[in-house]
Amino acid sequence: MERYYQPEIECASREEIIRLQNERLVKQVRHVWDSVPYYRKKMEGKGLTPEDVHTIDDLCKLPFLSKSDLREAYPYGLMGKPVKDCVRIQSTSGTTGKRVVAFYTQHDIDLWEDCCARAITAAGGTNEDVCQVSYGYGLFTGGPGLNGGSHKVGCLTIPTSSGNTDRQIMFIMDLQATILCCTPSYAAYLGERMKEMGYGPDDIPLKAGIFGAEAWSEEMRHDIEKTLGIKAYDIYGLTELSGPGVAFERSAQQGMHINEDHFIAEIIDPVTEEVLPDGTEGELVFTSLDKEAFPLLRYRTRDICTLTREPCPCGRTHVRMGKPKGRTDDMLIIRGVNVFPSQIETVLINNGYAANYQIIVDRVNNTDTLDVRVEMTPEMFTDDIGDIQKMQKTLVEGLRSMLGLTAKVTLVAPKTIERSEGKAVRVIDRRKL
Amino acid sequence: MSIRQISVFLENKPGKLSEMTALLAANNIDIRALSLAETNDFGIARMIVDDAYEAVNMLRNSDFIANISHVLAFAVPDVPGGLNKLLNAFNEAKVNIVYMYSCLGSKDPSKAYMLFRVSDTKTSEAALVAHGLRPLSQEELAAL
Repeated sequence: MERYYQPEIECASREEIIRLQNERLVKQVRHVWDSVPYYRKKMEGKGLTPEDVHTIDDLCKLPFLSKSDLREAYPYGLMGKPVKDCVRIQSTSGTTGKRVVAFYTQHDIDLWEDCCARAITAAGGTNEDVCQVSYGYGLFTGGPGLNGGSHKVGCLTIPTSSGNTDRQIMFIMDLQATILCCTPSYAAYLGERMKEMGYGPDDIPLKAGIFGAEAWSEEMRHDIEKTLGIKAYDIYGLTELSGPGVAFERSAQQGMHINEDHFIAEIIDPVTEEVLPDGTEGELVFTSLDKEAFPLLRYRTRDICTLTREPCPCGRTHVRMGKPKGRTDDMLIIRGVNVFPSQIETVLINNGYAANYQIIVDRVNNTDTLDVRVEMTPEMFTDDIGDIQKMQKTLVEGLRSMLGLTAKVTLVAPKTIERSEGKAVRVIDRRKL
Repeated sequence: MSIRQISVFLENKPGKLSEMTALLAANNIDIRALSLAETNDFGIARMIVDDAYEAVNMLRNSDFIANISHVLAFAVPDVPGGLNKLLNAFNEAKVNIVYMYSCLGSKDPSKAYMLFRVSDTKTSEAALVAHGLRPLSQEELAAL
């Protein structure tokens, strides 16, 4: 039986959701206008005032916010409440530039944790569950978000944070953890380590995993599910909007429901910025509806995916997003071709390789080179070099038909590609552009 | 009468081969024959050692990828035409050689000992025996 954390809103009629969105959007725009001069200037630049926004149909008039706006306004420029009303910050890892700092009032934290609680409940979690949160705690939103959600559901929460893999496994086994929350690459690593220690899927007490914070393929999902003996659920979010829980998956694993009482989702053409119809692939844009300390209107996520409003058999009525192919900033342009690491991962797993890989992009004699480094596995190894080269060639062919360009495949020794405890570093771009 | 050979995956980088030989040395494992096959980025070391199972387990425990395959060993008179005579028998028996290499010396200086990896070890062995060749056993090779 499908379980809901807040059924009255998760299963509300479309009319009810739109009514709530209209009401909240008008309030949110007014709040931003009154308290965020940075965005007010953007609205004034387009000749807009809050009076121009009556319903969600007026959303398309509003200016976009991008990551560069967040950097420009750093640190306090987009804060919507005075310090006396704010209780916390969270921050991005800052790997692609200056860190983004997001602010929260207690209200903001509550709604964020509600979103995470919906995700845990949709994955089958109840107060009978033991939920291990192996996302990093601290500035990263993964740990605090799922920790809060797990408390709201009433799970016995194990706040292991990331790292110390053998201790993670000890807690899973000793305390009989039933739900695991971490990045998919860390889940894969935990699975690999547990297999080495002799634990099969039937020995592992886990039944569900809630994995997010990085792009991952369907094939990687099946691998993790098989090794750990669980159902693996995707969760989506970003620090700028609160953290994980903006959208989440339920048992049928057919897209993630976006929490539309808190966020409006749009898909735009990343070049023309034109709003695209449901089902069309484009950049995901979010508008927060009831955030106090860090309200963002039309924030461009750079994530590429599609939306669908087709009715979902689970009873939830909120719009669903497809698995993001990757962020536009994960996207590599190699010899003019758009390449997402998740596409490469799909080919590797389909050919029987592990999800441990590294993509090295370089430029030699003014031509981009793509080197996919993948670990040799005991199952694939033979003493006949010709057989191994045949497998390499099959992989090169598979990559060519997926990406439309020729990659080099390098086989490396096991355990030479670094395992990640948080977000995996898949791409090394050595081009000096 | 086939011989157990161990094969080890090695990256084609300085120091990788010696990482493996250091491990064999530390475990007192004697290499009786060795050949290396290489590509640009990786290679395969193939070896005959006293106890193939022990060596493979030890290598795997140290995160090497290693396995056991079967090869045929033959004594070849160390005279001009010695190898050619042997290979003629392979031709007549229609046995395809995937790769071959030689042992690292023996007590009998009049003979060389060669190892052959053939396409289908069992069928090939029977065909070669039918053509008058006699492969060495694991024990015979160990005693050299």
